[in-house]
Amino acid sequence: MLSQYETVFILTPVLSEDDTKKAITAYVDLLKSQGAEIVHEEHWGLKNLRYPIKKKTTGIYHLVEYKSEGKAINLLEIAFRRDENILRYLTIKLDKYAVKYNDDKRAGLVGRNKKVGLTKEKEANV
Amino acid sequence: MSQQKNDIKYLTATKIGLIKKKYCRFKKNGIRYIDYKDPEFLLKFINEQGKILPRRLSGNSLKYQRKMAQAIKRARHIAILPYVADLLK
Repeated sequence: MLSQYETVFILTPVLSEDDTKKAITAYVDLLKSQGAEIVHEEHWGLKNLRYPIKKKTTGIYHLVEYKSEGKAINLLEIAFRRDENILRYLTIKLDKYAVKYNDDKRAGLVGRNKKVGLTKEKEANV
Repeated sequence: MSQQKNDIKYLTATKIGLIKKKYCRFKKNGIRYIDYKDPEFLLKFINEQGKILPRRLSGNSLKYQRKMAQAIKRARHIAILPYVADLLK
């Protein structure tokens, strides 16, 4: 059974626009070539880092959520280590509560918008 | 009439110093997963210097205090939360 993983990685802001896209698609294709199934992808873009990493105070964040076997992760992490444009990466295995949380979040039921979900039901009964 | 009512209320014990019963917000609200990616939620559990609040202050149960600490450490790793900060809030 493929387990679900979530990887966040930060690219140096020095890269030009299409270089970042090329780098990101390179990693996503690497995952796909390993038989991973991409569930969700988020591009947070340029964000301020709370502390400088490699003398850089901003970074381009990208998040990928996918289902795959474990060995695909090793190849991905080796590629991350080898690439000097990657400031930092973090891969998490998602348990069932995390998967449910991410699905709810995409459906807009988590946190503040949860109240929005409620008000809709209230309006329905009124 | 309501003005007068407030004076009488003052005679009873005032609320200052009354210790509020702490509860684990994760159990109460039924939160099962703490997301390490949204800093607003995690900021509630760290003090001004960016340190993780102990259980006696945050009021969390052991299980969720560990999950929360794990989430904070992950957030620090990807620079969403600082390791050391002054006047964070």
